Amino acid sequence: MSAAGHALALQGLSKRYGSFTAVDDVSLRIERGQFLTLLGPSGSGKTTILMCIAGFVAPTAGAVLLDNRDITALPPEKRDFGMVFQGYALFPHMSVAENVAFPLRVRRMGAAEREAKVRAALDLVQLERFADRRPSQLSGGQQQRVALARALVFDPALLLLDEPLSALDKKLRAELQDELKALHRRVGRTFVNVTHDQEEALSLSDRVAILNHGKLVQEGAPAALYEAPRTRFVADFLGKSNFLHGTVREAHPGAFAIAAGGTRLVQAVDRDAPRPALSMPVLLSLRPEKIALLAEEDTADNTVEGRIVTWSYLGAGFAISVATEDLGLLRVTLPSWGAPIAPAEGMPVRLGWSAAASVPVAEDAD
Amino acid sequence: MAAAAQRQTGWWLLILPAFLLMTAFYVAPILQVLTISFTEPQPGLQNYERLFTSESVQRVIWTTLRICTITTALALLLGYALAYRIALAEDRVRRWWILAVLVPLWISVLVRAFAWVTLLRRQGLVNQTLMETGIIAEPLQLVWNEFGIVVGMVHYMVPYAVLPMLASMREIDPRLLAAARGLGASRFTVFSRIFLPLSAPGLIAAGVLVFIFSLGFYITPAILGGGKTLMVAEWISLQILDLIRWGLGTMMATVLVVAILTTLAIFSRVVDLRRVFGSGA
Repeated sequence: MSAAGHALALQGLSKRYGSFTAVDDVSLRIERGQFLTLLGPSGSGKTTILMCIAGFVAPTAGAVLLDNRDITALPPEKRDFGMVFQGYALFPHMSVAENVAFPLRVRRMGAAEREAKVRAALDLVQLERFADRRPSQLSGGQQQRVALARALVFDPALLLLDEPLSALDKKLRAELQDELKALHRRVGRTFVNVTHDQEEALSLSDRVAILNHGKLVQEGAPAALYEAPRTRFVADFLGKSNFLHGTVREAHPGAFAIAAGGTRLVQAVDRDAPRPALSMPVLLSLRPEKIALLAEEDTADNTVEGRIVTWSYLGAGFAISVATEDLGLLRVTLPSWGAPIAPAEGMPVRLGWSAAASVPVAEDAD
Repeated sequence: MAAAAQRQTGWWLLILPAFLLMTAFYVAPILQVLTISFTEPQPGLQNYERLFTSESVQRVIWTTLRICTITTALALLLGYALAYRIALAEDRVRRWWILAVLVPLWISVLVRAFAWVTLLRRQGLVNQTLMETGIIAEPLQLVWNEFGIVVGMVHYMVPYAVLPMLASMREIDPRLLAAARGLGASRFTVFSRIFLPLSAPGLIAAGVLVFIFSLGFYITPAILGGGKTLMVAEWISLQILDLIRWGLGTMMATVLVVAILTTLAIFSRVVDLRRVFGSGA
């Protein structure tokens, strides 16, 4: 099935509106059958990129290539891309079946074949029973599935999704995330998704491209981005992070040590990574769930002492803020089941993490 | 209970002055017109009999219906094109367009009718230009006939056609049009399959409004028709003021009111009438 998907490439894509640069020299390759998510805060240019791919926005510079064919100048109706719009954009004057049949009708497909395809598409999203309803008679989740069926019914080269789940409540969103993922497996097509929801991006995608101020900041597999963010923005936007400032004191192959105030912190790096210069300022990103609460006799590569300032119980875990002398406020999360302590405000604690838990990140240019 | 009833009475008292005013100056005269049509010159239905026997009465009615139908069709066509352009324009541009549509409404209908006379008469700008460019040898008869009336009425009616249609078009989600194109529809298909059906309620509303408005037109046909082409309103005034045939005049007035109410009744089944009169949604 994955042979049905097509590869898409963006080459130096830029879009300027007057003096405002919405998209700044973005190059990206999306392989056949992949699920790629463009992730970024609002105003990061992710939707503009999607609109350039769809053909609704003409880029100021750069090119959009489908299987190495330049389609930058092609109008949207000639691109054969399925698209799920924000808010779904279902035609209110047509029934569900007519909505799904629309792309086939404009392609002048015969009635018998059209009906069979519409039935198959509605079947794919489990909406056969609703074929004769109007979109206004459906729930948000059902409307979203109609939009998906309509976007997939004509076997598009590519499926574009513009914040497909943003209009739904949290529980439904989680449900449809799973459905969307299963659908992607079943149809084996190339999906390009746009979202500002980092959880959605992590759970759905094969690859995530993170954008900020119109620039592509980092792209890769969700786990790679989460575990090895290259910049402070990525570490902060994708999940939560503590940031530790310090200056390099020792550098060895495979590790270096920094001084953060009076505390010495060890950071593991690849053995072949270039050694940082001594007394260079560094920034480390440390995920809250990688910090452990240490008992009296426990040891760790890095330890620091502090007092609990605030804590909250989240069901599955605790979120604790610990004030430390040298590292400021550290956020720690730990599973509530089998937690070593019952947190209390003002309680003195000792925190520890391994040298590989944190990761050096670059300060953002702006 | 008593307090609630008292409050109810209070509310009714508030609209009492308006109610009395409407009864005294609006409903009563209309009822009187209705009565006269049955009593003058003698009691009976002889005035209404003329509807079926008098050729001149029938001619006036047909002329009116013909002119109103043509006017409505042209005003809708022009108005739709304008409304479409305005609905898809950018905000800043749109405001100027709307102003341009509304400005004619502030100019007296009399002034506009005479302006058309000066443009369309034998020595008018249109005929002169056509003759100087050699397209025609003799001046065309552009005014004091049905053509002149239609020109003047369409000009007057276009804003009334634009406004309900524009309201209806502004309600169309522009993402629907983008979605249709993204799904493979050409610009024309997007228009015929998506935009036109979705703007149809506004189109019907505008049609009803313009048609009803045209039925009772008086000044424009009187001036641009030059007394040769008579529409209902001018005919009524002629009967009552010049020929002192109150019975016949009021009969036609009654027919006009009934025709308008019938049109509204028919279309109220098709379209939300509140939209026609601008208090919808």
